[in-house]
Amino acid sequence: MDVLVENREVFVSGFWVTFQICVLSATGALILGTLVAAMRISPVAPLRWVGTAYVTVFRNLPLTIVFFMTGAAFAELGAPNADLLKIPGLSSVFTRLGIELPYFRFAIVALGVYTAAFVAEAIRSGVNAVPAGQAEAARSLGLTFTQNLRYVVLPQAGKAAVVPLGSVIIAMIKNSALAGAFGVTGELFSNGSALTSAGGYPIVPVFIGISLGFLVMTVPLGLMLDRLEKRRAAGR
Amino acid sequence: MAGHLIELDSVHKWFGSLHVLSDVNLAVDRGEVVVVIGPSGSGKSTLCRVINRLEPIDAGTIRFDGRVLPAEGRALAKLRSEVGMVFQSFNLFAHLTIVDNVTLGPIKVRRESRAEARERAMRLLDRVGIADQADKLPAQLSGGQQQRAAIARALAMQPKAMLFDEPTSALDPEMVGEVLEVMTGLAADGMTMIVVTHEMGFARHAAHRVIFMADGELVEQAPPAEFFGNPRSARARDFLSKVLH
Ligand SMILES: Nc1ncnc2c1ncn2[C@@H]1O[C@H](COP(=O)(O)OP(=O)(O)OP(=O)(O)O)[C@@H](O)[C@H]1O
Ligand SMILES: [Mg+2]
Repeated sequence: MDVLVENREVFVSGFWVTFQICVLSATGALILGTLVAAMRISPVAPLRWVGTAYVTVFRNLPLTIVFFMTGAAFAELGAPNADLLKIPGLSSVFTRLGIELPYFRFAIVALGVYTAAFVAEAIRSGVNAVPAGQAEAARSLGLTFTQNLRYVVLPQAGKAAVVPLGSVIIAMIKNSALAGAFGVTGELFSNGSALTSAGGYPIVPVFIGISLGFLVMTVPLGLMLDRLEKRRAAGR
Repeated sequence: MAGHLIELDSVHKWFGSLHVLSDVNLAVDRGEVVVVIGPSGSGKSTLCRVINRLEPIDAGTIRFDGRVLPAEGRALAKLRSEVGMVFQSFNLFAHLTIVDNVTLGPIKVRRESRAEARERAMRLLDRVGIADQADKLPAQLSGGQQQRAAIARALAMQPKAMLFDEPTSALDPEMVGEVLEVMTGLAADGMTMIVVTHEMGFARHAAHRVIFMADGELVEQAPPAEFFGNPRSARARDFLSKVLH
């Protein structure tokens, strides 16, 4: 286990990069997923088709393919470096976002776009749990579709959607390990792998180190969800 | 202003092969109180719901305040804000307090200031007798109180007409009176109302006109004294004999 102590810098810096990936992709996925969910239930048929197509495509493709396609898509769109994601304020907090190499930005987009499909489904299941009379009463008052979602339906859907959303985010954190395979250097998984391959350290303790890094993020989230669920059950 | 407030002209509506509204013609004047009665499944709720286009119609035209109902979009939202609707199951926003239920429409739809909206909301809650419940959540109120809150919520939009779809049918008997009392007050104040109800007492003393529906058709309409005293159609006589005894 000395490996962990000797190389704690490697693990800590890897954790920090992975954490950045997770926070940024989760934020993107939540925003995009909410938009997609709104499209799926919109009164405008073409928007509904777009929403449904989005979910169908990204929920059913392997994540590796989405990672592959992301770089290709940016090249196709004439932004092979994904520079538009070097968002000034954000890049000063999440330092990786602003660096020259595009792979970190690709990883955020790939994970975010992929996870958004699952977020959309979680939100839609929440929306379905809201009695139809709520939206109907809002419509009868003259609220527009977006006002109805924002002030009446989503706040109530949120309650039913939190737990499935949490599971989606936990899955996303685990999926982030794939980023290393697609050129993101210095994240937890690739840092660990480098210790075993280039550094010649034994595999088991190194992977325990990597696992700890992920568990630090996923376990508290899982516990929070359990508590929420219990409180919900008690409140009934 | 001249003309009827609500006008339905040869309105048809199908749910699949079911003809729920069949050639419905109806004109409601400003200040008029129309009570709609009829057996279950005759299309009474649907009649209410097509007037603010919660359900679209398949043929015919509906005019509100002289204008044909707009299709989906902002214009429709505006029209709906002018027509208050009260549901059998109250449908108060479960996550908002009573006063927030009442102010949501004025603030978001009418862009009124929070203070102005709240002041009117409190006056309305006082009028329906539940000002002391303003800061509670709907689930903490009795059915009768919830329905009165729902009426206040609809009134807060200062609607030109109010639609009631069996407002007392989900209530325990002892709470029916308090809701009917609020409605009777509204009628006396000159509100234009369409009320679907099984409360024949309310129909007798508050309605200007009673409409009897069966199988999606307006079978008969008359002032309450005439309708209850001397129903012309066999179906109305049959229906009345069942509900009055
Ligand atoms: N959304 C819908 N889809 C399909 N059929 C419907 C729908 N809403 C109502 N119906 C049917 O249309 C008919 C008329 O319904 P409506 O609710 O207008 O009747 P009602 O007179 O209000 O009856 P009740 O007294 O039971 O409330 C019924 O047979 C009902 O089953
Ligand atoms: Mg009905």
